[in-house]
Amino acid sequence: MTGATGVDGRPRHLLSIEELGADGLRTLLQLSDTFVEVGQREIPKVPALRGRTVVSMFFEDSTRTRISFETAAKRLSADVMGFSAGSSSLKKGESLRDTVETILAMGVDALVVRHRSSGAPLQVARWCDEISDGRTVSVLNGGDGWHQHPTQALLDAYSLLERLGRRPGDVPSLEGVSIAIVGDIRHSRVARSNIEAFTLLGADVTLVAPPTLLPAAMPGWPVSVSHDLDEVLAKTDVVYLLRLQRERMEGGLLPSIREYTATYGLTIERTRRLRDDVIVMHPGPMNRGVEIADDATRLLGSLVTDQVRNGVATRMAALFWLLGGSIDG
Amino acid sequence: MAEIAIRGGTVVGRNGSRRADVLVDGEGEIIAVGEDLRGAIEVDAGGCIVTPGLVDLHTHLREPGKEEAETVETGSRSAVAGGYTCVLAMPNTTPTIDNASVVRDVQELGRRALCDVEASAAITVDRAGEQLTPMAELAALGVRWFTDDGTGVQDDHLMRRAMEYSLPLGVVLAQHAENSALSAGGVMHEGAVSSRLGLPGQPAEAEELMVMRDIALARLTGARVHVMHVSTAGAVAMIRAARAGGIPVTAEVTPHHLALTDACCEGYDAVFKVHPPLRTESDVGACRTGLGDGTLDCIATDHAPHTPETKDLPFDQAPPGMIGLETAFAVANTELDLPLETILDRLSWTPAALLGRPDHGTVEAGQRGDLTVIDPDATWTVDAAATVSRSRNTPFAGRELRGVVRHTICSGELVFHDGEVQR
Repeated sequence: MTGATGVDGRPRHLLSIEELGADGLRTLLQLSDTFVEVGQREIPKVPALRGRTVVSMFFEDSTRTRISFETAAKRLSADVMGFSAGSSSLKKGESLRDTVETILAMGVDALVVRHRSSGAPLQVARWCDEISDGRTVSVLNGGDGWHQHPTQALLDAYSLLERLGRRPGDVPSLEGVSIAIVGDIRHSRVARSNIEAFTLLGADVTLVAPPTLLPAAMPGWPVSVSHDLDEVLAKTDVVYLLRLQRERMEGGLLPSIREYTATYGLTIERTRRLRDDVIVMHPGPMNRGVEIADDATRLLGSLVTDQVRNGVATRMAALFWLLGGSIDG
Repeated sequence: MAEIAIRGGTVVGRNGSRRADVLVDGEGEIIAVGEDLRGAIEVDAGGCIVTPGLVDLHTHLREPGKEEAETVETGSRSAVAGGYTCVLAMPNTTPTIDNASVVRDVQELGRRALCDVEASAAITVDRAGEQLTPMAELAALGVRWFTDDGTGVQDDHLMRRAMEYSLPLGVVLAQHAENSALSAGGVMHEGAVSSRLGLPGQPAEAEELMVMRDIALARLTGARVHVMHVSTAGAVAMIRAARAGGIPVTAEVTPHHLALTDACCEGYDAVFKVHPPLRTESDVGACRTGLGDGTLDCIATDHAPHTPETKDLPFDQAPPGMIGLETAFAVANTELDLPLETILDRLSWTPAALLGRPDHGTVEAGQRGDLTVIDPDATWTVDAAATVSRSRNTPFAGRELRGVVRHTICSGELVFHDGEVQR
């Protein structure tokens, strides 16, 4: 773990929700509230990070996270450089470390790293601390392997607080809220980050999945586990559905999509039994007809629009906080 | 070569220990052990033990094929710096050591090395698990150890045939025990840590299933089977039971499996990636107990050099393996609650006996002059940048260890003197 701190004792990097901690999480949610307001202005832009450079290093395809981060950086008036694996010298065999060294030599302030390998942003952060030669460089995890996706957890927590009518700008809390996370927990960075964020905010989290899609060992995880979706749906306040990737059919993890949907999908039948006040969430992109029936997507309400708006605001909050920006520029 | 007098040390061998000087002649033989011996070269062993050189049954020298990571020569330099006078080169080179021509090449490189280098050879051609290597021809060239290390022989039937075929040759079949269907995709030990880190794991059972199978096949065939780098409590228990039942199975454990756990992987530093993976505290405890009671016969390093650029990859993409020759004694001496004589037994004469060198193990006139002088109480801090090996992938960087190798004499030549390799 990189324990390095940056400006004013704030953490230097945003690598996992666990490392961020409950206080950091609350601070970022409160800050996000400010930036949601900025986003509603006629000119949704502040000079907070003018002259700072943010590089998005996406070694794995992403549309929403990348555009969201880049929009966030631009609305903070930072200079934004983009980098994606397909167009880079990685194809010529350059190592991750060499790539990081090259970009650091350009004099940058933050790297947003998305990588298919768990832990890659932590390695990049360690190298930045080693190499960066006095200059403080922050690393933001844009999603790594099965490990963490902390800004997704931030935007989900923010969106959930909003839908529950608990103002995130106050002291954000999910005390008394029960949340079921349903689906492929084992291979999900979203699940690992959201479990940490939801429980740090006081929620009761239940994981619902077949044993093959749960992590191999979860001692000390502050969650309950169930294999009975119907029983959980009868009492939960929030259902968070994870995307099921079709390659999970390989390797004996599941017999068939049909059986998965029947056992763990939010089918039409299940939506009929759902209480009216149950909140349904999904990180997107959805597999309609697999984890969620096409007709059930109406239960998501304005979620997709909320996620886009809150994603930009929470990422603005993260960049602003780590880079020690000031509202006045 | 000149006579070497090793003065002021305590001689330790399998027949006990005593204060004595040792004189080695120019022909590479110990000619006297006694008081106040003088020679053309005098080596100070004050406060040190003088012991038969360490013997490693598991060394990746990377030549031919990966000379950027290590060569027979650089690996032998690393070996003598660690107190070793004999290492067994693993066959997973490019090309594989699976035919007479490559065996002769490695043996020839070994003759120019600073310590004895024995070549092992693969059980199956190109370690592909499909066809046996010409074991009789290779055994006639002096190969005593056959292994597909890096992978286990998966096919039960082929492994049975390899064991049967090996019987008249007097060789050992050494297994990298890993059921690859069960370990597939795993980059660390499967458990609480891998689950939290989001890294695919290899369950302990992948190792244990193959150990179980090989014990059954050894019972069936009577072949001499050796389990390499044992890392799980279950494997230790099975080997203990098999030996109690008279089945001819021996085993080794690495220094890192005696000292480190999967918690080391938490920073995603690929220097801690190794196969078999670092396991849990209870596995480490079982390996220590097994080594102490002799269930695990010896410590073998699994010295596996890799260049820095390959270890700077993301954890799941980096190659497995860590270097170990220069730290093996000190790690064992620091970490294990065993008498010094037992540690030396596990590092020197027992592995020598397994390799067919039964005379190795005493410091007496007439013995070959393969000696190591070690200060067991001196401490040092491991510096990855200061390794003698061509590679730097030590998992012990920054650790303070107890036990410093001062001098190494191989076949009467002072190859490591006061911390410096002499050639």
